[in-house]
Amino acid sequence: MSTQRPSPFWLSLGVVTGLYLLFLLALLGATATYTTPGQLWESLGSREIRYSIGLSLVTCTASAFLALLLAVPVGYLLSRGRFPGKPWLDAALDIPIVLPPMVVGLCLLIFFQTPVGKVIDGVLPFTYTIAGVVLAQFVIGAAFAVRTMRGVFDHLSSRPEDVAMTLGCSRGRAVWLVTLPAAKRGMFAAFSIAWARSLGEFGPILVFAGATRMKTEVLPTSVFIELSVGRLEAAVAVSIVMVVLAMVVLVSVRLAGEKL
Amino acid sequence: MIRFDNISWHAGAFRLERVSFTVPVKSYAVLMGRTGCGKTSLLEILCGLRRAQSGRMFIGGRDVTNEPPGERGIGYVPQDGAMFPTMTVRKNIGFALRLRNRSSDEIQQRVNELAANLGVAHLLDRLPHNLSGGERQRVALGRALAAKPSVLLLDEPLSALDEELRDDLATLLKNLQRELGVTALHITHSRSEAARLADVLFRLDDGRVQEAPLLAESQ
Repeated sequence: MSTQRPSPFWLSLGVVTGLYLLFLLALLGATATYTTPGQLWESLGSREIRYSIGLSLVTCTASAFLALLLAVPVGYLLSRGRFPGKPWLDAALDIPIVLPPMVVGLCLLIFFQTPVGKVIDGVLPFTYTIAGVVLAQFVIGAAFAVRTMRGVFDHLSSRPEDVAMTLGCSRGRAVWLVTLPAAKRGMFAAFSIAWARSLGEFGPILVFAGATRMKTEVLPTSVFIELSVGRLEAAVAVSIVMVVLAMVVLVSVRLAGEKL
Repeated sequence: MIRFDNISWHAGAFRLERVSFTVPVKSYAVLMGRTGCGKTSLLEILCGLRRAQSGRMFIGGRDVTNEPPGERGIGYVPQDGAMFPTMTVRKNIGFALRLRNRSSDEIQQRVNELAANLGVAHLLDRLPHNLSGGERQRVALGRALAAKPSVLLLDEPLSALDEELRDDLATLLKNLQRELGVTALHITHSRSEAARLADVLFRLDDGRVQEAPLLAESQ
């Protein structure tokens, strides 16, 4: 049996990908070897870190769900809608992506000092609360989820939806019965992206929700707190926990999405 | 019967100008025209998927101009079949009946009957991505006919098929239209398809539709 040698074109692409992967692994490897299993275990045993892991999981999941709820209709509108000012709306929805994260936090903080913001804060307190953590994660995560869902709808033909309408569906029912089931994998992808962005979010949370231990402390906040008190090993241990958590959740979501 | 009465539609430089023609009841009409001349747009306007800027449309004497697509009593078969990708063939064909809350026995009976007529009975539990182009078009036809529409609209249903399949499906289309007594409007740019299928032939040129003499099958 003869084996076909890969062409220089594919070889060069493989080399570029390999080098990039090596760089990422080197970063993770260097970080991992900076700590010991004992220190990792000790960090995981800490009540504050366990709280921060739990809060990260809960807030990231909540904000990713909210982001998906927003991303599906907005992504659909951007993909299929024809209306004046569409390029402006498209650009405006990218604002959270292009703004520095700290500025997003500052904007949230200032908004909740306005009369409207104060009314909202009076009904459901956001500033320096767990709801604030979710909101800060949502602002960034939703922008990425909207981009993803728009791409998903762009790649799905609108023809089946049209046929469903001729068979008796309203537009909304056609989307619900035909388009959304076909977009399931894309919805999993949008959820994953929003979740991953939320897990790594730090700047807006620090500014808007604060860094109070056992209250608004999520994993990136833990890294910041441990670093600020000079406990580098603990900061590294929390970082490793974040990487493992992110990998486990993202691979699980991807596998679940592929089974659909 | 299908009647277009002074239908006009513009999109950029592309336009349909005061299109008026009538497809007689229970006949098989073929509308010919060059690729990109507006045939599909005209069909979509009749389906209610695009809104004409002026003019009226009638199906069986009823003014359907402002009716939603699902209430016009049409069966629509687009060029690529446009299967519902996450539904099996059975669910694709039974879709219109489920929307109308028919009993599961009635749906099953109608799906089996159509599947047998269309030669897709062995495919009922397959998903669309496991079907060939010809199979997809047969299923799309079954789906369009399930709710017993009075009008069947076919957008180049044979253009993506190889010659042998095209002949088989053309025969099936003509036989079904006769048996069911539906009024069919079939758009194509193929002269041989038009010669084989048309009871009445129309041409769309420069945004206007005119009746044309029937073509001989040998052409």
